[in-house]
Amino acid sequence: MATNTKTRDGGPAMSRSASRRTHGEGLFRFLSTAAGVVLLAIMAAIAVFLISEAIPALRANEGNFFGDLVWEPNSSKVFGIGALAFGTVLSSALALVIATPIAVGVALFISHYAPRRLAAPLGYLIDLLAAVPSVVYGLWGVTFLVPLLRTPSQWLNEHLGWFPLFAGEGIIGGKTMFAGAVVLAIMILPIIAAISREVFLQAPKMNEEAALALGATRWEMIRMAVLPFGRPGVISAAMLGLGRAMGETIAVALIFPATFDISFQILTPHANSIAANIANGFGEANDIGRGALIASGLVLFVITLLVNMGARFVINRRKEYARVGA
Amino acid sequence: MSKQIQVSGLDAYYGSHKAIEDVSMTIEPRSITAFIGPSGCGKSTFLRTLNRMHEVIPGARVEGKVLLDGDDLYAPNVEPVSVRRMIGMVFQRPNPFPTMSIYENVAAGLRLNGRLSKSKLDGIVEESLKGANLWNEVKDRLNKPGAGLSGGQQQRLCIARAIAVKPQVLLMDEPCSALDPISTLAIEDLMAKLKDEYTIVIVTHNMQQAARVSDRTAFFNLAEQGKPGKVIEMDETSRMFTNPTQKATEDYITGRFG
Amino acid sequence: MTTTTGIQHISAGRRFKDLFVKALVYLAFALAVVPLVSVLWLVISNGVARLDLEFLTHSMRGIGARDAGGGAYHAIIGTLEQVLLASVISVPIGLFTAIYLVEYGQGGRLSRAISFFVDVMTGVPSVVAGLFIFAFWILFLGAQFSGWAGALALAILMMPTVVRSAEEMLRLVPNDLREASYALGVSKWRTILKVVLPTAFTGIVTGVMLAVARVAGETAPLLMTVFFTNSINNDPFNGPQMGLPLFVFDQAARPNDTAVDRAWTGALTLILIVMLLNLVARLIAWWRAPARGR
Repeated sequence: MATNTKTRDGGPAMSRSASRRTHGEGLFRFLSTAAGVVLLAIMAAIAVFLISEAIPALRANEGNFFGDLVWEPNSSKVFGIGALAFGTVLSSALALVIATPIAVGVALFISHYAPRRLAAPLGYLIDLLAAVPSVVYGLWGVTFLVPLLRTPSQWLNEHLGWFPLFAGEGIIGGKTMFAGAVVLAIMILPIIAAISREVFLQAPKMNEEAALALGATRWEMIRMAVLPFGRPGVISAAMLGLGRAMGETIAVALIFPATFDISFQILTPHANSIAANIANGFGEANDIGRGALIASGLVLFVITLLVNMGARFVINRRKEYARVGA
Repeated sequence: MSKQIQVSGLDAYYGSHKAIEDVSMTIEPRSITAFIGPSGCGKSTFLRTLNRMHEVIPGARVEGKVLLDGDDLYAPNVEPVSVRRMIGMVFQRPNPFPTMSIYENVAAGLRLNGRLSKSKLDGIVEESLKGANLWNEVKDRLNKPGAGLSGGQQQRLCIARAIAVKPQVLLMDEPCSALDPISTLAIEDLMAKLKDEYTIVIVTHNMQQAARVSDRTAFFNLAEQGKPGKVIEMDETSRMFTNPTQKATEDYITGRFG
Repeated sequence: MTTTTGIQHISAGRRFKDLFVKALVYLAFALAVVPLVSVLWLVISNGVARLDLEFLTHSMRGIGARDAGGGAYHAIIGTLEQVLLASVISVPIGLFTAIYLVEYGQGGRLSRAISFFVDVMTGVPSVVAGLFIFAFWILFLGAQFSGWAGALALAILMMPTVVRSAEEMLRLVPNDLREASYALGVSKWRTILKVVLPTAFTGIVTGVMLAVARVAGETAPLLMTVFFTNSINNDPFNGPQMGLPLFVFDQAARPNDTAVDRAWTGALTLILIVMLLNLVARLIAWWRAPARGR
């Protein structure tokens, strides 16, 4: 601002190229503003085109989009989002329940427990988890994890079968909601751990020292000075992880058995999700089928948008709070 | 409730750098001992070795002996946590826990050592806040966040928090350097009152403050930058400020350097 | 040391709790590393057998469902072209957006909106980005499946990452440098071009490479944009292409061992490419990083 005026009335030596300079200045400002606007336009376009291409299929739907538990847009033109949305929410919620405690532990390990010299490389090791492509996790999941989880699944079913999630008869284990949730948990762990680690590292050193000087053990110090400070950050990290899990496609597409029912029995082979259904169904879909998949993608877009905006809201509030506290 | 500290042959390191060398002194109970000296001379480092806060910094270590009424704080079977429980500390910048209320801040240390009944806790919190000359100012808003207080009030809150656990010794690391003159005066008054019960050690940059509040003064200095700090002289404050035996002390006190 | 006047030990309960939490924290870390090691080990041990010259130089054309042999050349070419095109689209837009946010936006309403939606865009599921390009490019504009369509979808996924990392790097450039340049009478845009961007350059390169590494492994958006082929198609603007992640997905979904073997080798190749990009990015960052304390 002050610097702008300084450049505008620059010295006489530079007045010769003044018009070229203002051209350049104008162009540069235009380009950068335009780039930002393009970004906003893309977000708007995603919503607009998903809606406009979903409408014909939704019109042709002879069932109830929000009520039916079938997905047959190609043949009987009946399709409903219910089972898929349920699968998306349940699998992501399970993944979150598995991943969050471990991720917080990992974050604390890096920020407050690991020897200082090892902290950075070990943190990088966790980041590498995020670098493994989704399809590789899918391949690993079907060939290695699914068989591995069969015995523990049967054990859980046998001994804790009274708990609704572990209930079920017939085939136990295999390509289940549980197996998919474990893979999702592994995939969202690095992002939750990375954000939590950052907020834990930002916990004011002077408060940590205050706690130690009162005679707190390391854990008591963390409970007094680190966790309360980091809580909003961990919450938003978990929400971002949740959004990631909901949109995760290929790994679960390989694992989920593509059923269309609502079942809380996570150890039986009943599982699907919006994203997995899109990946598995796209190749064989006709026009209405593709429109139906776009409609389901729109639902996924809206859900993840809400979750992400919620997470950002929490983060932004925390920033203000941190500024006051500092 | 107040103990004597005897230090002998103490060296403190940050990694391979020796910050202070061969410090020996006796700190008397129920009195205020002040550490003065130019910046970087190791007086704060030395203070932090007295409650084993020095070793919190990665790579930092200590050699030598610190005896609290004869018990070695650095004996192998002594835990730093227990030492800090007995030797309280007040820091340069007021550091109340930002997520806790005034009440919770004072109660924070008490809660570590097992559950107390609500009435007992209330009693100690009130007593500590009174002890820190803060009770009248905050008694109507004990459940408000501690971060909402003024700087001077926050520092007194930190003192209340430190004395709530009834330590034997109170270490103060430049407690007034971030405060205005009126708040500084309030803290100095408080120190004079607290010394009836506690062994108080204060690090200060402000020589007038050392002269006003302390009974004994130790002057720290270092030969040159990068060399370890040492105790040059330690004596009754009145004698130190009128008739120091060392030339360096006199130069520092009269403002010729530092 | 148990005399009443001496230094008391802390209670057994507190000590136990402290050790217990410590054990949990170490356990959590170990638990997190196990899948990483397991994935890498299986990918290497299963993938290395077919990592031969044929795999790297041949396509799947004419290879029957049960046949051994065949390769991923068509997929590797496709991935490289798609990722390159995606970078060509997203880097300028992302970089200019970052410049707007740091140098021109000045916290106004537009810049706050952009900043917020960049964050939200980070969370757009990759499959939704693919569906959007399908709906817009292929259904609405009537274009065909192509590598370019895939690149468009990948570009959407890259943009927010590029903006965020570039923004962070631009903000690290000290204001003194800008002011020194203004004081010499240099205009704002020339200052950005000649002073700010060169200072932030390596950081921005690192960010772009991490973004590339991230999208190089994306499968879902390719399904509905580049579609699928078993043949070599060197032209990203014409007709369906293949991508390495797509290749892995396709082969992994087939029931016979020869296909799964190819999937593992494809996964190994993909991980090698992604890890290489990651490593190079981090090496650049580490090599040129100013000592930042903590």
